[in-house]
Amino acid sequence: MTELTGWGRYPRHPSEVLSPASPKALLPLIAHETGLVARGNGRAYGDAAIGERITLLARGLDRIRSFDQATGRISVEAGVLLSDLLDLVVPRGFFPPVVPGTKFVTIGGMIASDVHGKNHHRDGGFGDHLESLTLALPDGSTVLCSRDQNPELMWATIGGMGLTGTILEATFRLRRIETGWMRQKTTVAPNLDSAIRALKDTSDATYSVAWIDCLARGASLGRSLIFAAEHATLRDVEALSPSAEPFPSSKLGRLSVPLDLPSFTLNRLSVSAFNELYFRSGAIKAGYPFLVHWNPYFFPLDGIGNWNRIYGRRGFLQYQCVIPTDRAKSVLGHILERVSQRGTASFLAVLKQLGSSRGDISFPLEGFTLTLDLPVTDDVFSLLDELDRSVVEAGGRLYLAKDARQSPATFEAGYPGLTRFRDLRRAIRATGRISSRLSARLGI
Amino acid sequence: MTSSKTLLLVGGTSDIGRATALHYAQAGWRVLLAARNEEEARRNADDIAARTGAEVTTHRLDILEAGNFEGFVDGLPQLPDTVVCVVGELGDQARGQSDINHATLLVRTNFEGPALFLGFLAERFLARGSGTIVGVSSVAGDRGRGSNYLYGAAKAGFTAFLSGLRNRLAPKGLRVLTVKPGFVRTQMTAGMKLPPLLTAEADEVGRAIFTAAEKGGSDVIYVRRIWRPVMMVIGSIPERIFKNLRL
Repeated sequence: MTELTGWGRYPRHPSEVLSPASPKALLPLIAHETGLVARGNGRAYGDAAIGERITLLARGLDRIRSFDQATGRISVEAGVLLSDLLDLVVPRGFFPPVVPGTKFVTIGGMIASDVHGKNHHRDGGFGDHLESLTLALPDGSTVLCSRDQNPELMWATIGGMGLTGTILEATFRLRRIETGWMRQKTTVAPNLDSAIRALKDTSDATYSVAWIDCLARGASLGRSLIFAAEHATLRDVEALSPSAEPFPSSKLGRLSVPLDLPSFTLNRLSVSAFNELYFRSGAIKAGYPFLVHWNPYFFPLDGIGNWNRIYGRRGFLQYQCVIPTDRAKSVLGHILERVSQRGTASFLAVLKQLGSSRGDISFPLEGFTLTLDLPVTDDVFSLLDELDRSVVEAGGRLYLAKDARQSPATFEAGYPGLTRFRDLRRAIRATGRISSRLSARLGI
Repeated sequence: MTSSKTLLLVGGTSDIGRATALHYAQAGWRVLLAARNEEEARRNADDIAARTGAEVTTHRLDILEAGNFEGFVDGLPQLPDTVVCVVGELGDQARGQSDINHATLLVRTNFEGPALFLGFLAERFLARGSGTIVGVSSVAGDRGRGSNYLYGAAKAGFTAFLSGLRNRLAPKGLRVLTVKPGFVRTQMTAGMKLPPLLTAEADEVGRAIFTAAEKGGSDVIYVRRIWRPVMMVIGSIPERIFKNLRL
């Protein structure tokens, strides 16, 4: 028995841990054991990748199966890390169609969470770019899923949190890039209303995201920096930084948080100072396009190893909701207000426009998503329960990959595809056999 | 990335074998992956080919079937320039003490098979007049300990074999390299508690093998340098004290 947590280090659950070395070695486990779920690199924040009894570590499934550099089509085993994939494909002029906010995730985890990137408003989620996936079913057989073959299994598995079986392999197309640089443009939004407007206005940009200073209050509530970016062309690099290498090294310096910081480090003052600094350094560059390395643009926090320890041993909750467009301003404004009143505020607040998604229980819907980090304290749960009511009332939902505490009622209200998902789980005999702490908590 | 050189990697399904082959492929070598389970070796071969663009083929070889060595070598697309043998089986010391079949397997897999195979190939290299031979042995062979002497003794035999082979082939200009990785984080050691300072990643071992074999240097290497003084200390403890230690 091992005690497992997600990236948020809350909650903690004991689980037996098995590490199959190959897809073939995994099949008898899934056929004979019960109460299990696969775990990639453990970057889901809550209890999604902790098996009810057994957790299957998928990191042994880390082989690239094929890579066609003429077309950009790549097939990989599900335990391949996105960081490993990036090291391979970026120097060869390719980039994944969608990347989440950290590169330390597995491809299987990206599918199971149907991760969205800063380009979701234009390009959809990672699942939308899959050509096919191979799934190990609860009976130990394997099945190929694509848009033509077993599509119902495909759309249940995309965003399905590993609850339809274990993803073994996936095939998708990479996009071509001319350089490893991003041409970024930063703009300032003085409040939430203008941040939402700015994100709508930049929706023709391939990538866009807003960082919110969530300590700003009153008329400044929701003041933000909006980062819009494109993959820089050779011509961009020539114009903006003529001496730069087209493909700069990704081996940048890495800070690390070696130990749990005591919780008081994260008081109101230090968070305020951080946000002030971030806001200023970004604002300096406002309005002018400039080049940024792909690594810090997409994965700013990956530069600080174990940043999850900054919240101390009790851990933290990441609260990510999406609110339909027409209600976004009022509901997100309310959430920001409630959180900023509380004082022990978020280290991170990110606002992003999302499009719709196809997975039965995929997270994205057309609207705006807000992400907040909150240290675990005795009173944080009641605050979030209160916020949940506003989310549900507005027709929104919470992201399962981040969730550690929502109620079954909140979940059911937010995910109308759940009925179909449950039916499919019954049909393939996954119910009760493929189960995580998350699925047990939410009654999936 | 053009090189006509060829590596034969024996033990192509192991983590160290995979990492070593990847380092050779990245340097432009053609790779022949030999393993008992060719299907598993195929997984590694495809992975290495996809990552490097190198030509990687798989070849079935059971290291315990010496009678098949000749047919195996004759069936290779060409005689390799370098052979690296990473075959090994940690096994279960306690089981080997009472189960003679398990003890036999450990001795054969860690000594007999690798030694006989490299010895066979050495004669072909000698006939050609060139070739590099790399055997992955173990620090466990430096001194027998109560907790793993079946494995350790077989590795000691393998180390002695490589030493003798080197002594014979050096005057003819052929290189024999002995590698003692120390603890390595692999499938073989999964779940074991290993001291971080003394424990290498498979990738580190692969790089060390490639560098030592192809760029020159010592004939006997410890992957992490710290192992040399550690083993020196362990080797210098008088037997009358050593025999009473719980190691």
